Amino acid sequence: MNVVLEQIFQVGFLAAIIRIATPLAFATLGEMFCERAGVLNLGIEGIMLLSAMTGFTATSLSGSLWLGVLAALLTGVLMGALHAVFTVALGLSQHVCGIGVTLFSSGLAYFLYRLIFGQQSVPPSIKGFQTVPIPVLSDIPVLGPAVFNQFALVYMAILAIPLAAFVLYRTPWGLSVRMVGENPRAADSAGVSVIATRFQAVILGGALMGLAGAFLSMAQFNAFTFGVVSGRGWVAIALVVFGRWDPWRSAGAALLFAFVDALQLRMQASGLGHIPYEAFLMLPFIFTIVAMAVMSRNAVAPSALLKPFRREER
Amino acid sequence: MSAPLIEMRGITKSFGAVKANEAVDLSVAPGEILGLLGENGAGKTTLMNVLFGAYAPDAGEILIHGKPVRITSSADALAAGIGMVHQHFHLAPRLTVLENLLIGIPGKSGRIDRAGGLQRLAEIGRQHGLMLEPDLPVSSLSVGEQQRLEIVKALFRGARLLILDEPTAVLAPSEVDGLFSALRSMAAQGLGIIFISHKLNEVRALTHRCTVLRLGRVAGRVDDPANTTSSAMAQLMCGHEIVPPARGPSTPGEAVLTLDGISTSKHSGTALRGVSLAVRSGEILGIAGVSGNGQRALAEVISGVRAPDTGRMTISGQTVTRFSPREVQALGLGRIPEDRMTTGLVTNLPLADSMVLPRIGTAAFSSRGLLKPDAIRAFAEAQIKAYDIRCPGPMTRAGALSGGNLQKALLARELAFDPKVLIVSQPTRGLDIGAARFIHEKFLDMRAKGRGIIVIGEDLEELLVLCDRIAVMYEGRIVGTLNSADATIARLGLMMTGAEGHS
Repeated sequence: MNVVLEQIFQVGFLAAIIRIATPLAFATLGEMFCERAGVLNLGIEGIMLLSAMTGFTATSLSGSLWLGVLAALLTGVLMGALHAVFTVALGLSQHVCGIGVTLFSSGLAYFLYRLIFGQQSVPPSIKGFQTVPIPVLSDIPVLGPAVFNQFALVYMAILAIPLAAFVLYRTPWGLSVRMVGENPRAADSAGVSVIATRFQAVILGGALMGLAGAFLSMAQFNAFTFGVVSGRGWVAIALVVFGRWDPWRSAGAALLFAFVDALQLRMQASGLGHIPYEAFLMLPFIFTIVAMAVMSRNAVAPSALLKPFRREER
Repeated sequence: MSAPLIEMRGITKSFGAVKANEAVDLSVAPGEILGLLGENGAGKTTLMNVLFGAYAPDAGEILIHGKPVRITSSADALAAGIGMVHQHFHLAPRLTVLENLLIGIPGKSGRIDRAGGLQRLAEIGRQHGLMLEPDLPVSSLSVGEQQRLEIVKALFRGARLLILDEPTAVLAPSEVDGLFSALRSMAAQGLGIIFISHKLNEVRALTHRCTVLRLGRVAGRVDDPANTTSSAMAQLMCGHEIVPPARGPSTPGEAVLTLDGISTSKHSGTALRGVSLAVRSGEILGIAGVSGNGQRALAEVISGVRAPDTGRMTISGQTVTRFSPREVQALGLGRIPEDRMTTGLVTNLPLADSMVLPRIGTAAFSSRGLLKPDAIRAFAEAQIKAYDIRCPGPMTRAGALSGGNLQKALLARELAFDPKVLIVSQPTRGLDIGAARFIHEKFLDMRAKGRGIIVIGEDLEELLVLCDRIAVMYEGRIVGTLNSADATIARLGLMMTGAEGHS
């Protein structure tokens, strides 16, 4: 156990937590915006995968990392809009449509990837994002190199958290999002368009999911593989509940999950080799289930979550 | 009288084959409180939804200050200075008072204008005596305060005309006074108010003028409501004279249902503390009390939904203390629950299914584990006819029925099996005079046939007309029982605050 404890306070370990937390933070914030507006987005897993693919491909073909990020972001926007067409405009079942979006996006990602890159024995890779130290801040002992010597996308995620909280709690649009997620009829009678607000929130959510995908294939792995997302989208859905639909808490939940995930990676690498590594792989998920069960008993979802809004209903 | 603030001319609106409004004219002057009267289904709510932009009228026009306007959404209505307080509040319970006010209001340099909001809220509060705490979540407000918030919300958006859809249905008597004084203050400052209600005494006390709707058309206008009798107005609403039901003398027999020292644990809501009561055959027993004083627990214990901790209950002398709902029902207990929509029937199923649900396992409706659809349908059809339940047919979705028709359906369901004793909560809440009258007659018929009835209610006038004896509940106890001949509203009101009563 001592081996494990020693590992925790190493710079490398802290940096790993931040890196693992980044895509989760983007995805969790994205899902949170959707759900605050009353729309569950189970398309998240597929949207992340497709975005990871388009981002990787755009960079691979153009050589520009930021063009790749843009491609991933636009992919998220498009798929978010698709989900919104089904669930908001047409008022279809959010569960069914979300799973449909995930299946469709995943299939499309595999198909396009094969079409563009063919079948290769060694998967193609790109030169992904490099760490950029932030002057002065990166000189802080321990914290500096762990947090402020990271990829640009990590900094974006860190900035996205207070920004999300500001938008949600301090702007009229954020109030509209919360209102349409709680009582769409109230928003409607106050002259707020429920349909438009939900569309915007789901599209913004999709954009954030796109960034999560971009991080995976362009900063973390620098390649696209079919297992690049491997359940991170589903985890984000749990983290939103765990974070009680609040940006700060959701980001905190992502950080906590990342901590457990980083820990199990270290445990795999350390001298506990007589235990099959699959056992360690389970740890973050067991943690999620336990944390959900313990912490979320009092969590209350937005009242209008899963409920489509129709105007002239009698 | 000055030029009308708002005028509706020849409004017609149909839903399918049903004409909800037909050539309706209505006008409100600044400073005027207009009463809009009519039975359920007369088209009041449809007319107001047309005015508020929720429905587009098929014909007719709306004029504001003499100029025609087009209102196609609630945003248009708000911009035209029309505010509406719906029967079911349009608030987000988990957001704060201020957030509910500021929804849809453009911010200041991209942010919510909190300071400006607080200032407006305080101004409106001072002007009309409508004070509210800005940072409390709406869920912590009482129903009266939530209604106040809805009114403030309309004024906040600069409403010049305020529509209130049955605002007093949810209020305690003391809150009604506060509402009326706020409305009078608003009218005194030149606002127009449309007050929808079918409580005639309130309409007479508050309004300056009335428009009465019947079957979607204007049935008449009353220019001096304060000096018009309630029965004259009721006649306009119903199209015929309404005679209050006469409760003839009756000779109560044996006790059909008794409770002896019943107590419950505080599971949800107020617990019962040693409740003893008896209802005899041929008797209507009223249970009065401010809601939340154990009435729900009482109804649940009697109908077998909740098991008491201590005490004994009998039906026709047989001890039934911990019997299941089905068992007490088999012994002749009928039950009409308080909430028609949630515990009464299944709103998404056909009406016929809901009507046989409590007896679905009996030989009448199923055999060897299979339903008898023809028998179910025939039963429902017979009841629809016998009770004049207005609906397209037995396979109509139950949730599509109006409140009065739902209540008739529930009554039909229970009375078809001639229960020895019936327990009913709030039998006529939200019903119009005609439907309420019908329900009352059925109760009196049962009484004449020697059945026992327990009516749990908050409307004291109704209880006084209907009941032989009235027991008053306070904090889970029966504080006293009065013969209705000795009971007055004042005396019952005093007992409802916990004062002991002696009969």
